[in-house]
Amino acid sequence: METALQIASAIKAGEASAVEVTQKHLALAKENEDLGVFLNLMEEDALATAKRIDETPDSDKQNLGPLAGVPVALKDNLCTEAVETTCASKILSGWRPPYDASVVKKLKQSDAVIIGKTNLDEFAMGSSTENSAFFPTRNPRNPEYVPGGSSGGSAAAVAAGFSPIALGSDTGGSIRQPAALCGVVGMKPTYGRVSRYGLIAFASSLDQIGPFTTDVSDAALMLQVIGGHDENDSTSIPDATPDYLESLKDQDISNLKVGVVRELSQGVSPDVSARLKEAADVLAAAGCGVEEVSVPATKYGLSAYYLIAPAEASSNLSRYDGVRYGLRETADNAEEMNIATRTKGFGDEVKRRIMLGTFALSSGYYDDYYVKAQRVRTLTINDFATAYEKFDVLLSPTSPFTAFKFGEKTADPLAMYLCDACTIPSSLAGHPAISVPFGVGDNDMPVGIQVLAPALGEMNIFRISSVLEREAPI
Amino acid sequence: MTAEITPDIAAKVANLSRLKLTDEELAKFTDQLSAILEHAADIEALDLEGVLPTSHPYPLKNVFRQDVVSQGATSDGNDTEKNSGEKIAAFKSSVLGVAPESEDGQFKVPPILS
Repeated sequence: METALQIASAIKAGEASAVEVTQKHLALAKENEDLGVFLNLMEEDALATAKRIDETPDSDKQNLGPLAGVPVALKDNLCTEAVETTCASKILSGWRPPYDASVVKKLKQSDAVIIGKTNLDEFAMGSSTENSAFFPTRNPRNPEYVPGGSSGGSAAAVAAGFSPIALGSDTGGSIRQPAALCGVVGMKPTYGRVSRYGLIAFASSLDQIGPFTTDVSDAALMLQVIGGHDENDSTSIPDATPDYLESLKDQDISNLKVGVVRELSQGVSPDVSARLKEAADVLAAAGCGVEEVSVPATKYGLSAYYLIAPAEASSNLSRYDGVRYGLRETADNAEEMNIATRTKGFGDEVKRRIMLGTFALSSGYYDDYYVKAQRVRTLTINDFATAYEKFDVLLSPTSPFTAFKFGEKTADPLAMYLCDACTIPSSLAGHPAISVPFGVGDNDMPVGIQVLAPALGEMNIFRISSVLEREAPI
Repeated sequence: MTAEITPDIAAKVANLSRLKLTDEELAKFTDQLSAILEHAADIEALDLEGVLPTSHPYPLKNVFRQDVVSQGATSDGNDTEKNSGEKIAAFKSSVLGVAPESEDGQFKVPPILS
């Protein structure tokens, strides 16, 4: 499988044709349609973009962007101008946004070839992609298993080789967990590192866009391309995005201290624990100081998250009222129309979270639930800060278990929520984290190791995870 | 804390959320929401006296931009050509074009008072 860096470099050198590269990836995606990866395969648009790249005179090809001719898949909650964007929800079915998300603009400016929009749990709410209103996505490594979620389509696109890179969004683990379950690299950058303009909002204080790739270098390249301040997102960080690729050239990590988070290593299935131990040993052998560390508040992350995220979602999703876009059910008056539209347009998990959030924000419960969860969020940030006084990065499993089978957790929402127990704490803190593939579990499905760092600590995450990637068991 | 979700509370929340539930759905959601809140009761025991709530993880404040007139989503920096009347009209029609119903350049809804 070729990486984005390899493809772009071959195309810039005039050694490869973007049309041929695109055709090859599209053909593979079409042959494997039953994996349910794409909601919309953008064949014509992709080939037109590729053709334009090939028509660049050879003498100018070195001036093409860093993703020249590289096929990329986009989670279908990222707005693409005039191309249907659904969030895998019936309520947005058929909606064609009038503008591109800022990350989509940046990909186009980098001469990437957008090949399609990928499946997700409706409005990014879920951990298995079974909540898509259209069809589930299957894990390319074994189609009897789920790919994780909510960005299951983007993770599967990269795992199946339909595109070397893809974008997803991560609110409580929606990039890292499917990356772990599909055996690819998935990164959630620092909150604000990447503009959220044009990402359809789920929980605005947690949402962050990030890449899926086959290796760590491509993740560094992608973050360099999509990172940076955007005047259309006032929460985007003003600092310049560092040259992450350059930093990967220094492979000596012996100056870094690694803490294995005790609370996030408990309640984890034994096969995943075994891989975590091996990962810690790899880093110790590379010269890092490795020790166990307690970050007490992380064990309350799940509780705080499932009050905060639904609260924000209940507010964000109030805009789907049948007036400006998407579905409208007919009714005699406006209020009945709103109710009929939302009742028909949203699936069960979305309804559940809207109700949970509405409850947490409602009069009489607000202080006991929403505000209390926000205080736990502060506690999480403080406990991480204490750990980072001593350690440069922290280590944990990405998911407490490897991929599971369809229907295994759909009847019990709480069982599904537990998939995110290890990824949620850094989301609450707004910190960056990556999932790197590291061997397999008892069911022969991939295990992901999570590397966490404080805000803007992506550089150390890349350095540590490239060592894990190099030393990972086959 | 430890509010129990009763069918009455669930029905009230559904109404506030502008959702209509069947009796079967109401029973199911009542149970599921109760189970989720029961799990969340673990934060009840925490002493959070004096801990301030966090609403936003990254300390940014007073984010200013240049005070220049632009045309919202049609604007592309200060490129006045792109903000021309024609562009604005095209954008307006692309927005209204995907609305369920519009008339005379405006969104149209059923009667609000009936």
